[in-house]
Amino acid sequence: MTAPAPEPTAADAEPDSDLIIVDGLIKHFPIRAGILRRQVGAVQAVDGLNFAVRRRETFSIVGESGCGKSTTARLLTRLLEPTAGKITFEGRDITHLKDTQLRPLRRDMQMIFQDPYSSLNPRHPVGKIVGAPFRIQGVSPPGGIKKAVQDLLAAVGLNPEHYNRYPHEFSGGQRQRIGIARTLALRPRLIIADEPVSALDVSIQAQILNLLEDLQEEFDLTYVIIAHDLSVVRYVSDRVAVMYLGKIVELADADALYSAPMHPYTVALMSAVPVADTRRRKDRERILLSGDVPSPINPPPACRFHTRCWKAQEICRTQEPPLAELVSGHHVACHFPENLPTEAASAPAR
Amino acid sequence: MTTSALRDLVTRHPGQPDKEPFLEVVDLRVHFPTDDGLVKSVDGLSFALDRGRTLGIVGESGSGKSVTSLAIMGLHTRPASEQKRPGAQLSGEIYLEGDELLGKTPEYVRGLRGKRMAMIFQDPLSAMNPYYTVGHQIIEAYRIHNPVNKKVARQHAIDMLGRVGIPEPSRRVDAYPHQFSGGMRQRAMIAMALSCDPELLIADEPTTALDVTVQAQILDLIRDLQSEFNSAVVLITHDLGVVAELADDVLVMYAGRAVEYGSADLLFNRPAHPYTWGLLGSIPRFDRTQTERLLAIQGTPPSLINVPPGCPFHPRCDYATRNEGRSEEVRPELTPVEPGHTVACHLSQTDREEIWQQEIVPKL
Amino acid sequence: MFAYIVRRLLWAVLLLIVLSMVTFSIFYLIPRLAGASPETLAARYVGRAATPETVHLTAERLGLLDPVPVQYWNWIKGVFTGAEYDYGAGVETCPAPCFGYSFITRQAVWPELLDRAPVTISLVVGASLIWLIAGVTVGVISALRRGTVFDRGAMGVALAGVSLPIFFTGLVALAFFSYRLGITAPGGQFVPFSENPALWAYSLLLPWITLSFLFAAQYARLTRAGMLETMSEDYIRTARAKGLAERKVILKHALRGALTPVVTIFGLDVGLLLGGAVLTEKTFSLNGLGKYGYDAIVQGDLPKILGVTLVAGFFVIIANLIVDLLYGVIDPRVRLE
Repeated sequence: MTAPAPEPTAADAEPDSDLIIVDGLIKHFPIRAGILRRQVGAVQAVDGLNFAVRRRETFSIVGESGCGKSTTARLLTRLLEPTAGKITFEGRDITHLKDTQLRPLRRDMQMIFQDPYSSLNPRHPVGKIVGAPFRIQGVSPPGGIKKAVQDLLAAVGLNPEHYNRYPHEFSGGQRQRIGIARTLALRPRLIIADEPVSALDVSIQAQILNLLEDLQEEFDLTYVIIAHDLSVVRYVSDRVAVMYLGKIVELADADALYSAPMHPYTVALMSAVPVADTRRRKDRERILLSGDVPSPINPPPACRFHTRCWKAQEICRTQEPPLAELVSGHHVACHFPENLPTEAASAPAR
Repeated sequence: MTTSALRDLVTRHPGQPDKEPFLEVVDLRVHFPTDDGLVKSVDGLSFALDRGRTLGIVGESGSGKSVTSLAIMGLHTRPASEQKRPGAQLSGEIYLEGDELLGKTPEYVRGLRGKRMAMIFQDPLSAMNPYYTVGHQIIEAYRIHNPVNKKVARQHAIDMLGRVGIPEPSRRVDAYPHQFSGGMRQRAMIAMALSCDPELLIADEPTTALDVTVQAQILDLIRDLQSEFNSAVVLITHDLGVVAELADDVLVMYAGRAVEYGSADLLFNRPAHPYTWGLLGSIPRFDRTQTERLLAIQGTPPSLINVPPGCPFHPRCDYATRNEGRSEEVRPELTPVEPGHTVACHLSQTDREEIWQQEIVPKL
Repeated sequence: MFAYIVRRLLWAVLLLIVLSMVTFSIFYLIPRLAGASPETLAARYVGRAATPETVHLTAERLGLLDPVPVQYWNWIKGVFTGAEYDYGAGVETCPAPCFGYSFITRQAVWPELLDRAPVTISLVVGASLIWLIAGVTVGVISALRRGTVFDRGAMGVALAGVSLPIFFTGLVALAFFSYRLGITAPGGQFVPFSENPALWAYSLLLPWITLSFLFAAQYARLTRAGMLETMSEDYIRTARAKGLAERKVILKHALRGALTPVVTIFGLDVGLLLGGAVLTEKTFSLNGLGKYGYDAIVQGDLPKILGVTLVAGFFVIIANLIVDLLYGVIDPRVRLE
């Protein structure tokens, strides 16, 4: 591989330090109505997130449609401006940066999109698409843009000679590789991927997941992955946050989360995943949640999951459970968590 | 292979060899003439299905699984009806309780649609007409085949909505599709499909557009309704997990052909085709930590205009070289590897078992 | 829903006020900016032989010497309270609603507009029904028989219909059907519907057909495109999967979606034509709003032009409102909560 190793920086000295810190992040989309179009309410898409993503880790956010995970991704990349809260990237407050101030930030923070078909300009050849970040940012890579683009194409497993071909000449998986090559152009530190493989066929999905893994090693990348496929998330993630109706209900190391989920919603979510193994069909207990996710315009008070939770009691309707670290590294927002280790179980859950 | 031999092979397949299967597809071919050449979407497919059983058809996009379902339903446009866009060229035989459908008039097959065989589509938002209420669309489906007045049909629609688990059906019957959530829409779609008690239900990616908890609800619903109506279900999906949940038999399709066909237990526990291995290896394990890399299939699916000769999978197959060139030249037919399990592959039994045990199992 | 209608109506009123301002400016402000004096404007209302003093006096009496905003304000006042114009030889009154007063014909504009409106409305209502039915029918059949002789023929005729100007098709039709064959009424006839419906239809038949030929062509193309689009929708496949007969699939499921753009254009076309089907009325010598406006332009009679413009604007704005409300009826997805 021809890509030069990134310059060592001060940050590299502390490998586990946080790359991006999110503090009390809120995004409400106003709803207007009436003759004067006054604001009558708000879609509470994201409502108070606290988390930090460590350098070189893969941090995933999972949840069902409408939970706010894609909004979160757009807030992190500042494609949306937060209603409240604070986002710190590499020690710098980026919450309310203006467009001109955001531009240098885009070098360090890139996004991979779900749909490889619509995110590439069909009238531009691949070379121009992948080289666009250089031109936009006014960067001249050593050896020229063409050389840099061909290196990038090789890095994502495409033939560098396909420099002059157009997106329609590639398959879905190859197009996703082109998109990935483009995000890598400026050697970002953080890549935010919104459903990076959900539009792809199973066999292609595995190729892309393997590629993302290789690139993380090679380019020292930190990933924030937004996904709904729990199998994919387990495979790629170091840590996972589960969102429900705009809030994180559980945040833990992937293995801990999958082997001993503590929030009832996570438990239900895990039990619903179909596993490609007929032997497991009989011996597993499935928790079927009733009904639909409530509207984020009028979310249930206190614990937002209480309307569908089989463990809900009075306190769940009146008092919001904080996201508390019940086991080391395992944060849960629930009054009655599952799978508590025995010693922790004796202490009353807040 | 002759048609009768094919029939023997498929009817021999899952269980009772003497009884005529409820649905039988023999050597089905669906080709579409295009400016670039003949697209062979389905090219010699055979299977059989009994009432009360579920057949899962698995494949990636372009494998021909949806084209197959539309062929059974008689929903392909035939060449004569449209001049500019020549429709599908169909050949082979499709038997519904011994009644061959491909040779029948469109009007005859239309009479069966919705009544004896019904279909659920992937995206219930686009598959329901946005201009009419959910109730209206169910009532319409019911009244096509049942000469009842609107009031009776409406009551039936409300009953059906209740049966598929839609709360307050008598109020919801007057709602429009866009007023439903994704899961509710799919329930309504199922209610519509089942309104005339069809004996054959084809579900084309019924849960792909849905969230995982809703998917679990819908799969449960299909399972319950099947046992209640004792219908035959063809479940078309790309998701092996969904198939493992629901299917009794599984047919794996690649480039318009069946590459592996057998009972779900055998196919998931002792898969025999390298493509099936690749599919299983491509899905990350949900139920345990996986440190090994995913066993991805190299390359991309072939063009259906220029399907590779011999075994269509051979350019992507890691083991094709073991077959002394036959994979590149001879098209493999479905042959039994054990009772109730057939595979279209040139690998010898010993090679297959060795690869499976030593190379595939440790990586899954 | 109610809030929506109220908001839209407020907008409509605002738009009409803006329209009147713009129109007023075009006719009264721009000539001044271009160097015309109030006297030149007044000159056309007095005899050719008038002395400059008379002209000046007339300009003063008609208020042309006032600043333009004052003139506009007086005009608006007239709409609500009526106006009086002092000619020196006598005072002409223009009762409310006074939408202007023609100094040439010495008549208030509003009663004349009311007088002409039935002709235009008769013409447009009849023609629009014909073109809607014919256009949609041809469009549907073309879409279903795509690529056939019918489709190509119909689309060829449609192209001709869109391209040929009405004063050509109208005159040819008049010459052939009315004067050669004598099966339709010659131009210039109009019998009110209330007097004799049969004669009413007979007198308007040829204008209807000529006008609708122009529009039907466009509607056929639009319907065909809409049908081709909806026929490939998933819900059409669902309707077929239910076992619905093809005829019902088309008429009930496909046509409804295809008609949405047609309704939009229809509303706007009818609104625009109600303000005066100028060419048609001129070609067939029908005394409707269009011909009224045409004659006013030829004579340079500013108050009349202003009146016709406002009526046309009113119809377009109202048609827009109706179309938007109709949308909610046709497509439940845009129905407002």
